Amino acid sequence: MIDLVEISKRYGGDGTAWAVDGATLAVGAGELVALVGESGSGKTTLLKMINRLIEPDRGTVRVNGRDVRGVDPVALRRTMGYVIQQAGLLPHLSVADNVATVPRLLGWSRAELDRRVDELLALVGLPAATYRTRFPDQLSGGQRQRVGVARALAARPAVLLLDEPFGALDPLTRVALQAELRRIHQELGLTTILVTHDLVEALTLADRVVVMCEGRVRQIATPRALLAAPADDYVARLVGVVRAHAAELHALAAPAVPDAG
Amino acid sequence: MPGELATLVAGVPPLLASHLALVLVSLAIALAIGLPLAVVLAHRPRAAGPVLTIAGAIQTVPGLALLALMVPVLAASHGLGIGLSSFGFAPAVIALTLYAVLPILRNAITGLRGVDAATVEAARGIGMAPRQVLRLVELPLAAPVIAAGIRTASVWTVGAATLATPIGQPCLGNYIFAGLQTRNWAKLLIGVLVAAALALILDAILAATERAVSRRPRGSVAAPGAVLALLVIVILGVLPRLPAGTRAAAPAHAVAAAADRAVVTRIKLGAKTFTEQYILAELLRARLAGRGVAADVVESLGSNVVYEALRHGDLDAYVDYSGTLWTSQLGRDRGAPRWQILSEVEGHLARDHVRSLGALGFQNAYALAVRRDTASRLGVRGLDDLAPHAAQLALGGDYEFLSRREWASVRAAYGLGFGRATSFDPALLYEAVARGEVDAISAFTSDGRIAAYDLVVLDDPLAVLPSYDAMILLGARVADDPGVLCALAPLAGALPVELIRHANLMVDRDHASPAAAAAWLAANATITERCASAPAASSR
Repeated sequence: MIDLVEISKRYGGDGTAWAVDGATLAVGAGELVALVGESGSGKTTLLKMINRLIEPDRGTVRVNGRDVRGVDPVALRRTMGYVIQQAGLLPHLSVADNVATVPRLLGWSRAELDRRVDELLALVGLPAATYRTRFPDQLSGGQRQRVGVARALAARPAVLLLDEPFGALDPLTRVALQAELRRIHQELGLTTILVTHDLVEALTLADRVVVMCEGRVRQIATPRALLAAPADDYVARLVGVVRAHAAELHALAAPAVPDAG
Repeated sequence: MPGELATLVAGVPPLLASHLALVLVSLAIALAIGLPLAVVLAHRPRAAGPVLTIAGAIQTVPGLALLALMVPVLAASHGLGIGLSSFGFAPAVIALTLYAVLPILRNAITGLRGVDAATVEAARGIGMAPRQVLRLVELPLAAPVIAAGIRTASVWTVGAATLATPIGQPCLGNYIFAGLQTRNWAKLLIGVLVAAALALILDAILAATERAVSRRPRGSVAAPGAVLALLVIVILGVLPRLPAGTRAAAPAHAVAAAADRAVVTRIKLGAKTFTEQYILAELLRARLAGRGVAADVVESLGSNVVYEALRHGDLDAYVDYSGTLWTSQLGRDRGAPRWQILSEVEGHLARDHVRSLGALGFQNAYALAVRRDTASRLGVRGLDDLAPHAAQLALGGDYEFLSRREWASVRAAYGLGFGRATSFDPALLYEAVARGEVDAISAFTSDGRIAAYDLVVLDDPLAVLPSYDAMILLGARVADDPGVLCALAPLAGALPVELIRHANLMVDRDHASPAAAAAWLAANATITERCASAPAASSR
């Protein structure tokens, strides 16, 4: 479905530093893949090269076997949903107008737009009657993010790209939205690529996890395989942190043992 | 007094309408230039810097200078085949537009740059084309800052437009300039207050429009929009009915009666920015009305503007002074015998296709004047007597005099080294010498205050100062018109300086209107009619 072949992107003028350095990744149709790494690891740059917000210096991006360099970037983006941290909603437009943005640009009729907005708000768990006419600044962070997802899905894309979509949310909202994303991904049969710095989120949500560090792909594996067999020291340390947390939590949750003596 | 006030108030609407037209046209053009330019420059800091610097530099040119500058610029553009009049509306609009562009441009660039980058990236990411990002995201989000720039520009433009009067564009400045010059404080105050009110109302309308448009679209855009539309309609409705000048006075029946006799039934008169000029313009207008020719007076014109306007046909007649033309048009810096100045000036006028009707009979010359007791104490009668005492004396001059060629020539010729030389507003000059704050002043010989303050005008035995014979000048269009000639030619030689001084004093000291002073002049001057009969003689 989406093939990244040896793609690289320099940053800065001198061309010595690589934001992404020779990354190769194949994402199958219907798969949910998480790109995980620290800030500066190149995961967001990699994501943006898929919808041509950033053009690679080397390598090829193919979607459905077609090199994206041959596709008009605006048309390409309209076939891919895109969600960013804090949603990036247009603050001067109502929820309905935000959701309907892309279909309206595609020339849908008023009736089609209305029906689609109601459908999407229902899909992301926001009753249309209440939320249609609200403005972004009248919504909570979680509600904004739901609207962001609804907007991304408006034109029925087959691909959904998400860049740290849950980064700024409180834990309860975040967990709820993660579950919603998984449900929507399966319900609509999407191909989803999710960028996150949270390994736990990546492990619990994704079919496969891509670990990136300093512009390079360190490992691509299912969550189970990643935990079982980290490919290198860096991945092992990351996995170690998660395992240590899990062990501590497990110990805390266990019934208290009375002190000996 | 209430009657006078009513007359003043009645004169406001046409001036307000042409003021508003001037402001709205300038703002519209400034928007049409500023907004697209800002869009182009917002994300190109290297190009934006120099453009903003140039716009900022234009802004630092004083308003009056920028407006006056447009007159020669447009006059020069005639040579390039650009057919814009160098007088009145066109130069005023260009200058005001240049003024208004900066705040619009600067705020629009700031506003566009201030739009949250993540929002713009999200908009691109979901598939908006660059134009759609601009139209649907950047412009709406920058709108409050852009609107603030437009409001600043509108308030500035309303204020700066009052300075369009001296280049021949009627506006609220007419009341301000005329009120200042003729000490008519009511007139001045009305001009200032109406301009201030216009600025506030325009600002309020723009603010309301902004509030309605910037948030909650499809809300109440209708209300302020309708007000704005109404304003535009009012202007468009009033504008065509405005003569390019301000007031038309000839009774309709007189015009009709004269229509078959005179080719010219309506002419444009010019007046410079001082009392005598307003009175003479009123006198000319009354005389023309008596011959069935309606006249529009364009008053408070800059000295440099008015001759060019006549030459290019933007004005038909006004009164100028031989010495002024001698120095400004012929470029002479030394006086000459009066007859020589008159004949050379007349020759120059003929080459410009301007007709002179001859000297009116009085001079309005620059001269030095002292108090009568100063003159007798020092025993001075002429400038040559003054030299030995000058070092102990203080001189007051109007804004121009101390830097004019005439003064440099006088100082050199008589060796006048004054202990102190100070500039005053002409209104304060006579009082300053009367109170003894200065000992000698530059005076206008036709100013009634010379007599009122009992001043002595010092002789110029070396004839350094040129003579300044007042003369009526006619543009080519009316130069041979029998009606105009019958009305104006008899004034030649009919106005001795004593009458003019009295008329000037009526306005300057007694606050009579220029029209009343003109009527007094007409009644007291010995005017010999040369045409058989005045058709439908006006009784005003």
